[in-house]
Amino acid sequence: MHIVYPAVVSALLFSIGVYGVLARRNTILVLMSVELMLNAVNLNLVAFDVWLGDRLHSGQVLTLFVIVIAAAEVGVGLAIVLALYRNRRTVDLDYLRDLAEPADGPTPGNPTVTDQAQTQRHTTDDQPVERDHGDGRPAGRGGKS
Amino acid sequence: MTTFPLLAVLLPFLAAFAGLLLSRWPRGRARQSNGPAAHVGGTPADEDSARANRRAAWIAVVPTAAAAVLAVWLAWGQGFAFLDGGARSVPVGDTYGAIDTGGVPISLTLQADDLSGLLGVLVTLVALAVQIYSIGYLKDDPRYPSYSAFISLFTSAMLLVVYAGDLLVLYVGWEIMGLCSYLLIGHWWEDRGNSRAAVKAFLVTRLGDVGFLFGIFVLGGAAGSFRIADVLAKVPEMSAGTLVAATMLLLAGVAGKSAQVPLHTWLPDAMAGPTPISALIHAATMVAAGIFLVARLFPAFAAARPTLDVLAVLAALGMLGAALAALAQDDLKRVLAYSTVSQLAYMAGGLAAGSDTATIFHLITHGAFKALLFLCAGVVIHHVGSNLMSQMGGLRRELPITFAATTVGFAALMGLPPFSGFFSKDAVLVAMEGALAGGLTDAAALLLYGCALATVAVTGAYATRAWLRTFFGRTRTVALPEPEPGTAHVIDTREAPPTMLVPVVLLAVPAVLLGFAGGLHLDAPVAVISVVLALLGAAVVYASWRSDPVADPARLLGPLRQPCEQAFYVDHLYAAVIARPIVALAGLVVRTDDTVVDGAVRGSGRSARGLSGLLRLAQNGNVQLYVSGLLAGVLLIVVGAVMFT
Amino acid sequence: MTEAMPSYLSPTGQEIIFLLLGAVAVGSALLVVTTRQLVHAALWLVVTFGALAGCYLVLTAEFVAWVQVLIYVGAVIVLLLFGIMLTRAPIGRSTDLDSGNRPAAVVVALATAAILVTVVIDGFRMAYTPLTPGQGGAAELGGSIFSTWVLPFEALSVLLLAALIGAIVLSRTDITGANGTNQRGDGPNGLSRTDTPGGGSPPDQTGGH
Repeated sequence: MHIVYPAVVSALLFSIGVYGVLARRNTILVLMSVELMLNAVNLNLVAFDVWLGDRLHSGQVLTLFVIVIAAAEVGVGLAIVLALYRNRRTVDLDYLRDLAEPADGPTPGNPTVTDQAQTQRHTTDDQPVERDHGDGRPAGRGGKS
Repeated sequence: MTTFPLLAVLLPFLAAFAGLLLSRWPRGRARQSNGPAAHVGGTPADEDSARANRRAAWIAVVPTAAAAVLAVWLAWGQGFAFLDGGARSVPVGDTYGAIDTGGVPISLTLQADDLSGLLGVLVTLVALAVQIYSIGYLKDDPRYPSYSAFISLFTSAMLLVVYAGDLLVLYVGWEIMGLCSYLLIGHWWEDRGNSRAAVKAFLVTRLGDVGFLFGIFVLGGAAGSFRIADVLAKVPEMSAGTLVAATMLLLAGVAGKSAQVPLHTWLPDAMAGPTPISALIHAATMVAAGIFLVARLFPAFAAARPTLDVLAVLAALGMLGAALAALAQDDLKRVLAYSTVSQLAYMAGGLAAGSDTATIFHLITHGAFKALLFLCAGVVIHHVGSNLMSQMGGLRRELPITFAATTVGFAALMGLPPFSGFFSKDAVLVAMEGALAGGLTDAAALLLYGCALATVAVTGAYATRAWLRTFFGRTRTVALPEPEPGTAHVIDTREAPPTMLVPVVLLAVPAVLLGFAGGLHLDAPVAVISVVLALLGAAVVYASWRSDPVADPARLLGPLRQPCEQAFYVDHLYAAVIARPIVALAGLVVRTDDTVVDGAVRGSGRSARGLSGLLRLAQNGNVQLYVSGLLAGVLLIVVGAVMFT
Repeated sequence: MTEAMPSYLSPTGQEIIFLLLGAVAVGSALLVVTTRQLVHAALWLVVTFGALAGCYLVLTAEFVAWVQVLIYVGAVIVLLLFGIMLTRAPIGRSTDLDSGNRPAAVVVALATAAILVTVVIDGFRMAYTPLTPGQGGAAELGGSIFSTWVLPFEALSVLLLAALIGAIVLSRTDITGANGTNQRGDGPNGLSRTDTPGGGSPPDQTGGH
């Protein structure tokens, strides 16, 4: 077995995970992408363990540990996502901008202001409720409340 | 006796400090002890103020009197030797060390010769009279303690000028006088006009003082010493150019201090100060300092012919112009102020004509009778509550003593025999006539003598006018319910309080008798001409006044009246030529500062903000963007690590 | 290991199988990050994990493969699906699953891929190992874990416990914080927090819960 094969597969998987983390809006999708990255690492660990013929099987043992930690991470991450959802009614990363500079900057032309304006426009244009209508499900406001 | 000059200078100086520091000293304790008694008489603040004024009066009067005694003692030996032109005696005084400057040293010399002795007596006696007079004049003024302290400081500075044996020591006193003048003109600084007048006086005299200081440097540098005796001894060895430059520069200071023509505009405005100050500073002493200085350094001036010509022309213009301006003024104090400018120009003319003795003679008599006139004017203003002659009239019955004293003063001013002004003016005129024969350039001498004779006539006219309009005619007094700021307080008495009348009466004595000092100098033809001219001017005004007692005799001037009242628009000229361009320039500087300098600062701030705005675009709160940046950075580092290792 | 390296042009059967499984894993991973339906993403993740488990098997790591199937496919995916449901995510196609950061993400991801693949190929193109079965069995790994790696194993147990407690604390709504504030979303605290500037929080999309 050429070691290049698993290494390249793992590199591609990792890059796909990076893309998912950076490009996806839904927090749960971001968590999935993180899982992809972890699995890429796992594949690497296993492949190199086999190649090096380690008697202690450190690569495979570490893979197991990573799997365990990934499970714990998913658990805690989802708990955080749920808490976030309870407080904010959304899990979209585009709306979670508390790290931004406050909008009441002293000068006009503050980038935060335009940012917020875009966000507001976005909010009014396609509200998450209306997405349900696009799917055809009868998930009206009255039915949920 | 060698320490007398030092003592005479130091006594008022210490009095000034004591007056400023001690008159209100145990403030809290006095208030506490006065607490229970406050119900009986007035509020504690009033009582405090009155007590402070009493104490300040004592602190001011006693050292001045002591200095006067010392000055008289110093002058006793020489008497009027200076006026007689007799043998010069050895100066009395001492040198208190020297300040090593690296170049020409400054010697701290204080001495009294015949000239200084005379001036010292004049200064101390007038200062004493003014101090006593001020007690009554500023009885209820809460700032009287500082006022009297400033007068003491002024007296000290003037004595320093008079007794200085070194040019730079003299300059110190010269500058302190300017400061005191500023402080005292602005005594009622609540009125904007008064503080403006104070600033104007300060700036104009300062303009001259710059020249004065450099004149001292030129003279001291050429002589290798600042000691007056050394400088005068070296005068024959100096080149003509050096002497002319030095004396011209000194002349700038003299013109500023003595209110000569180009720089005379501050003196009429200085009348915004309290009247005793006008008497002390702006009539008798400080303005005399310039004349005194020329007399002190007269050998140097006498060796510089062009300077004397300039001085003659300035004096000629100044004496006639100021006399005409005095004729048209309505404000009594401004009449006296222009009269002072005119008389000082007389003295300058006398110096230009080459007679320092006649000039000093006139300086002393003028100091006496002009102080007397100002103090009388103070009494009148105190009584009427206004400076304007159009609101006076018929006061001779209400103020008989003041009337008599003022009559003496005006007679001396006009040069009527046998009052002091007659003799001194005669001496000056004789000197000017002598200058026609030689000494000055012909044209300058002719101009000087002609203007002097014309001024005699105009002086008679304006003195008569002021006299008539103040004391004769119908009473036009308008009782003012509240005194304007800048005028004295109105009090309802028939005659002024004794503290004011005593100095007036005492000053009237020298105004009458000083003419006989040091023997009788008289040149009959000149005396007759001047008396006739003065009486002619007086007669014209009197005739005009008789025909219509209510109208102002100044109408005789006809179309010239308006320019005369505005002092030939010199102030306007200065405002247009100097003040306004400077203000415009200052505005330009302010605008430049605002737009260019501050603009650069603000612009750099704005541009930094704008540039940082680009960076702020990244700080939009999107975590994914942050992580993208992070990973991109890591990738760059990896690329670098792979490629360069 | 590298002395007798066969050519890349004559792959063995194991290699062919591995490459096929790898292609499946990479393809389905791509679908995970590009699909327009949230639930589909989770399902494509199952395919990715399954293909990876196959890869582990080919690489003779049997135990890791089964653990992968058990934990990832069995537990993690279920957790994620629960998360999707509990956040009331839209079921079905949605147009805005990608954030505004997508262009930057594409650039960074492509750069990452290019660099990693280049470096890996450059570094390991001569690496070869024959596969001998039995190296990754449960007995081998168990012996290794409980002899050499027992201390990290125990530490990991504690970590799992901590994660468990943390998840409970985070997801329970009746446990108040240290400052006594209520963490519930409908409390005044929660509402006021949504008003912070820059947050740009959308309006309540469900109208209560």
